[in-house]
Amino acid sequence: MNLYTLLFYALAALILTATTLAITRRNLVYAVLYLVLSFFGTAMLFYLLGAPFLAALEIIIYAGAIMVLFLFIIMMLHMEKPSGGFLFWHQFIPALVISAMFLTAFGVLAGTDQAGWKPLVVSRALPKAFGQYLFNTHWLSIEIASMLLLAALIGALVLGRRIKGDPEHAPEEGTR
Amino acid sequence: MIVPFNHVLLLSALLFLLGMFCTLTRRNLVMILLGVEIMLNAASMAFIGAGLRWQQMEGQAVVIFILAVAATEVSVGLALIISVYRRTHAIDPDAQAWPAEEGSP
Repeated sequence: MNLYTLLFYALAALILTATTLAITRRNLVYAVLYLVLSFFGTAMLFYLLGAPFLAALEIIIYAGAIMVLFLFIIMMLHMEKPSGGFLFWHQFIPALVISAMFLTAFGVLAGTDQAGWKPLVVSRALPKAFGQYLFNTHWLSIEIASMLLLAALIGALVLGRRIKGDPEHAPEEGTR
Repeated sequence: MIVPFNHVLLLSALLFLLGMFCTLTRRNLVMILLGVEIMLNAASMAFIGAGLRWQQMEGQAVVIFILAVAATEVSVGLALIISVYRRTHAIDPDAQAWPAEEGSP
């Protein structure tokens, strides 16, 4: 039991607790804030597992950009409190069945794989080496991913457009 | 020496299940998207653990593409939620009178 092991379990507890709190919050703003905490824990875990560049990206993109986007939308929609509960109770049975099957399959696979119980060796992929590897072997996939992001940009613009000439969908008091 | 690889896999499996519960049981379109984000994050955690296990950078390269897909998914998904909210003024997935049924353009 060395420092790395302790750090791993502490981070795992932090991530699981923060995510559980996030998905049970009624108020969406609190849910997003707890999820930011969970993503910070995940970033530290990535650093521990030897991916410092991805740890930085996790904070910049997940905790920074995506969660702030969620906060923008939640505050922009100024939604009223929904009537009734905040859960679909009748969805719990399929969810429980799926998770039981998933954990059973996981237990069988992890139990039969003896090599998986060897402790991981500490190593690190430096950002420079990682960048060179990425652009040497996956340059085509990078281009395809950038095309995907461009398509998402155009799609979001088209979807977010207001419909003209429809009184029901007229602009409301100056939201964007 | 950190921990066995199976512990990393177990952590990411539990995180994936939490995201699945969020997606399946919450009565809110925004929370459904958040659950998908949690599941993608769990998958990238498993990939990074596998990259360390086999001492290859391939696992970390996949995480870059997971990040790109997550950003795409969240931007299009939130634009869809705004579009639905403008038409129906509800974000409850059960109470949606979806645009096609309403006969709007």
